[in-house]
Amino acid sequence: MRALFRKVVGNPPMPDQDPCSSGPVRERGERPGGNASFCCGDSKPSRVETPFHDRFVDGMVDTPAGPVPRARVTIGARDVLGRWSMRWGMGRNRYRVAPGLYAVGDPDQLSGILVTANYKMTFDALRRELTGLNVWILVLDTRGVNVWCAAGKGTFGTEEVVRRVKAAMLEEVVSHRRLILPQLGGPGVSAHQVTKGCGFQVVYGPVHARDIKAFLAAGMRATPRMRQVLFPLRERLALAPVELVGLFKPAGWLSLVLFLLAGIGPGFFSIGAAWHRGLAAAEVLAGGILGGAVLTPVLLPWLPGRAFSAKGALAGGILAVCSAALYRDALGAFHALALLLALPVISSFVAMNFTGATPFTSPSGVEKEMRQALPVQAALTALAGIFWVGGAFLR
Amino acid sequence: MEGFRYLDGVASLRFSEAACTGCGMCEQVCPHRVFAVARGKARILDKDLCMECGSCATNCPAGAISVRPGVGCATAIMKGWLSGSEEKT
Repeated sequence: MRALFRKVVGNPPMPDQDPCSSGPVRERGERPGGNASFCCGDSKPSRVETPFHDRFVDGMVDTPAGPVPRARVTIGARDVLGRWSMRWGMGRNRYRVAPGLYAVGDPDQLSGILVTANYKMTFDALRRELTGLNVWILVLDTRGVNVWCAAGKGTFGTEEVVRRVKAAMLEEVVSHRRLILPQLGGPGVSAHQVTKGCGFQVVYGPVHARDIKAFLAAGMRATPRMRQVLFPLRERLALAPVELVGLFKPAGWLSLVLFLLAGIGPGFFSIGAAWHRGLAAAEVLAGGILGGAVLTPVLLPWLPGRAFSAKGALAGGILAVCSAALYRDALGAFHALALLLALPVISSFVAMNFTGATPFTSPSGVEKEMRQALPVQAALTALAGIFWVGGAFLR
Repeated sequence: MEGFRYLDGVASLRFSEAACTGCGMCEQVCPHRVFAVARGKARILDKDLCMECGSCATNCPAGAISVRPGVGCATAIMKGWLSGSEEKT
């Protein structure tokens, strides 16, 4: 319990800055109807001590409520490496910052309080934008999940804000009664309920941390631009690696099934056919995944239609036609048909799953799309399978 | 590229002008500029841009907004179907 910040080397002994939150964070009820287990991140409460402290804490700041660790505003090589690991889906559930209050620069009683999530990539994105500012950061325990996703689950929520404000004794740390929350925390936080719960007023800041300085300089006013969520190419591309990594395992299992099916032919089962035809099928699968998880996100604004299944089918269709043309001498008619059906269908399905990573698709819309697209995708998959297996008998 | 749009006519967003006090919270929290406040009342500019995140409803002190909130994610919806859960978030 007393071990908070023990890992900080070379600094004076650091007392618990936040007596109420020492030890594991208490179990809390999920928001009713929340599907925390269905979305990214696990739901274990964060430990108060994290292995990242010594990298970004460079001392302590005294406050009426006790010493508070000061976070650096510089991003080191390790932080960059960590971000890249996250982009490739490595160790995402462990990439956390200890929840609680942090100082940036030399904040005092009048300094603003920025509230954020304890996903380290989120924390880094915020602190790197705070050069030259003197502010407080209040880190909520979102269980290592970013602000928007955590707000959707309710872990970046009213109760947690109130609990952290009290635990950090903010009433003693600052003389004002204002919290600046990221705008995308809104789905989980009810501003008026926070005021009721702890007396602090909620001001919604910009969507992106990069606009914080301009927001503060303008007297805590966000321009309409700062409030809008777009989805530029840079952001769409950043998601591609983690999507691919996530598909790796199911694709592996599916390939195994494909290799087994590939052996079926006139001679009952042929190892040679299993290898050759299986490899071809796995290539089609890989092509479909590429179409749905990379080509579709990249070409998103230019692919016609609104439904992701349609956009994905088109992206996959382009790849299928190219592959069919490339291998036209090796492919029989049946195999060509199987290819032209299977690749777009896989791409369509994968693209449909990309909806979860976009910032503009509504659950009502996704459900409607799925009810229409899934039966078609299933039927075309079956048809492609018939052509493919049938092709082995009719060579 | 600005302004992605998803399917039209599906959003579960409901707004009661009578209950609205014109505080402007909805306009502030909406990430897709669905609301605008003028002359003491909010108004829906473009309902089809709504992604049902639920931020406006959660932050409306007058309770003038309702929406069935959730994450527009095919994987989550499929898992919901498979586990027999009717609720989506």
